[in-house]
Amino acid sequence: MADNKNNPGQVEDTGHEWDGIRELNNPCPRWWLNSLYLSGLLVIVYFVLYPSLPLVNESTKGLLGWTMINEYKEDLAKVEAKRAPFEDKLASMTVEQILADQEMLNYAIGSSKVLYGDNCAACHGTGGAPAAGAGYPNLTDDDWLFGGKPQEIMVSIAAGRQGMMTAHKDILKPEEVDQLVQFVVDSSNGVATEAGKALYMAKGCFACHGADAKGVKAMGSANLTDKIWRFSGEPEQIRHTILHGVNHVSDPLTRVAVMPAWNEKLAIMLEARANAIADGEDPNEIDWDDELDGTESERLTETEIKKLTVYVHQFGGGQ
Amino acid sequence: MSEKVEKKSVNVDDIYEDVSDWHINTGGIKIVAKRMAGRFRRLKWFGMTIWLVLFLGPYLRWNGSQAVLLDLPNRQFNFFNVTIYPQDIWMLSLTLLFFAILLAAVTSIAGRVFCGYFCFQTVWTDVYTYIEGKLEGDTPKKAMKFNSAPWSVNKIVRKVSKHSLWLLIAVLTGISFVAWFTEAYQLWRDLFHFEASLPAYLIIGAFTGGTYTFAGFMREQVCFWLCPYARLQGVMYDQDTILPSYDAERGEPRGRIKKGQHDDTKGSCVDCNVCVAVCPTGIDIRKGQQEGCITCGMCIDACDTIMEKTNQPKGLIRYASYKELHHNATPLALYKRPRVIIYSLILMIALSGVVYGFMNLSPTEFKVVHERQPLFVQLSDGTIQNKYTVKLLNKTKQTIKLNFTIEGIEGATLHGLSEMIVEPGKVIPVTALVRVPEQYMTSDLTPIVFKGSVESNDRITVRYKSMFMGPKK
Repeated sequence: MADNKNNPGQVEDTGHEWDGIRELNNPCPRWWLNSLYLSGLLVIVYFVLYPSLPLVNESTKGLLGWTMINEYKEDLAKVEAKRAPFEDKLASMTVEQILADQEMLNYAIGSSKVLYGDNCAACHGTGGAPAAGAGYPNLTDDDWLFGGKPQEIMVSIAAGRQGMMTAHKDILKPEEVDQLVQFVVDSSNGVATEAGKALYMAKGCFACHGADAKGVKAMGSANLTDKIWRFSGEPEQIRHTILHGVNHVSDPLTRVAVMPAWNEKLAIMLEARANAIADGEDPNEIDWDDELDGTESERLTETEIKKLTVYVHQFGGGQ
Repeated sequence: MSEKVEKKSVNVDDIYEDVSDWHINTGGIKIVAKRMAGRFRRLKWFGMTIWLVLFLGPYLRWNGSQAVLLDLPNRQFNFFNVTIYPQDIWMLSLTLLFFAILLAAVTSIAGRVFCGYFCFQTVWTDVYTYIEGKLEGDTPKKAMKFNSAPWSVNKIVRKVSKHSLWLLIAVLTGISFVAWFTEAYQLWRDLFHFEASLPAYLIIGAFTGGTYTFAGFMREQVCFWLCPYARLQGVMYDQDTILPSYDAERGEPRGRIKKGQHDDTKGSCVDCNVCVAVCPTGIDIRKGQQEGCITCGMCIDACDTIMEKTNQPKGLIRYASYKELHHNATPLALYKRPRVIIYSLILMIALSGVVYGFMNLSPTEFKVVHERQPLFVQLSDGTIQNKYTVKLLNKTKQTIKLNFTIEGIEGATLHGLSEMIVEPGKVIPVTALVRVPEQYMTSDLTPIVFKGSVESNDRITVRYKSMFMGPKK
């Protein structure tokens, strides 16, 4: 290192020189050095306060006892605390009351997005409209197989749904099938012929689809006179439905249409209550031990189903 | 080291001639600038008084509430009668643009005017040094004498008073800043009861620490080593920019004169060094334009006094452009300078944007969002249904009830809610369903207009153009 004897009054240099540029040996600024030492000190403080050293079985805990999962749980608790008053209120309201209360309606819709996405959207589509041709019911239109009133939707979710149509491949002659396909297409367009109607009645279709061909809610049979198709409006597809039916166990080509039950216990309770009211009894006096045997599945809670009912109802087709 | 290398080294050191004074501004020597009266001193005082607004502004009341309240927790800025919501934040951007360009424009015309007369660093430092000068002596000699004297009651009292006053100003600065963002009177009450929010304490603490350190101890070092604006403004100079400059042609060769004598071989500068003594950043203006100059004009005041005393014309140091000093040319007229023209243009655009914004502040914000999935639904009778989320933000101070209708499509009907009650400052979304029978569907995309009016206030009307979608035709 060159000292300053050779160049008095100048800054000390390291003796290195390239192309006339000397490497000076200025001391680091005091504040900078202090900052460096301070940051070194902070490392020690961090080691003491936070989990840091990995030991054989687990790491050191740190004086603060901080963990990432705890921080997550605390944050989650904060969100839940904020939601609690709404959730409590929601639990005590009927679906009809929620639909009539602007604030609770907005809360129910806002908080059901994830619930719907996790449990329903896979079949029914994000916005209630399934992909074309996928074979799932559209929840946004006004055509409901099992009814579009809040209570009916709630029962559908809680109990699940499974319609049934017999496969007619061994019952009907091919020309009869052709005529019935034509009748169904004509009905949808409002131009059904007398002959078609006569065959429809003669072959017993009315037993499920009704004398007016408008479907029967109790069975979930499709309305054949409207513009909405449960599966498809293409003549070939209609033929397939007539030939192989829906959920017909012995026909491997049958259409499968099963909506799972999301809360069997709730479904039984809803039914028992409805029956009690219909029979003029007090629904509060129902003997639940008698009704429930304890094996009922509860994949979603009652409040969650209530929220989903609201969510589905507001898709645009709720009645 | 060889002879050759030695010589080279010296040449390299010459490069650093420019910065030979830097040791003054690295904290080794404290500058005690002499204070002299004059035009620019008065201008500086005037610039400083504008900062009183910072301290007094928050206590101004308007219609029973704080006149200017930047209410961050509630996401709204209140200016007298006007409330600005995040939706109108573009006006803030334009305002910031306006002031940024104003800084550039002023700098290109007359140098670092902001630095010299208005910058908080300059202003607070000036107040702090004023206090220091009064208590510890206002010339370097007096200050040194005071500081090197042994400790006495008098010295302790003066030192304590100085730091107390500094801290008082620093704390007031912090509180005043915070008071713009929260109810000012309530803030004082909370502070005295130690109930103010943690952010309030942290911000006041940061401002107190910052003010005390920057204005009390770092002073011109902030301008030299911390401030980006100081560097930024320097590049906006051109040869027409007027700056406090030393007229070397007239002043050199400088030299002392004896009373009543006149020496033709010497220039106007009597080398009295007053211009250096008054400089708050410790530079010598006679070395020409340099980065430490905040263009405060103190040296002009000082030199003029000396010129008067020595019976010479004033203005040896004066506001002059490079062209004027070195080419004896008059500076270009303002309207002929591209820089000024472009800056003015941007200023005008920004200003008219803000004015337009304030004139047309809408009392509500009405939006209609079309459902994306599904885009449309066919109902059982063939009717096409579209779903919309209608949102209304109420920016007025009253609860309003909005009724809305649709128009633009024959046969279209509106279902679901068609009225909404919105509290002040709230946004309410409602779902609206529009149905159009099949025979009226002429195209897959038809414009539809949502129109609304407010029951209690017929001056508020809203409209929003959206689209009605159907199957491909």
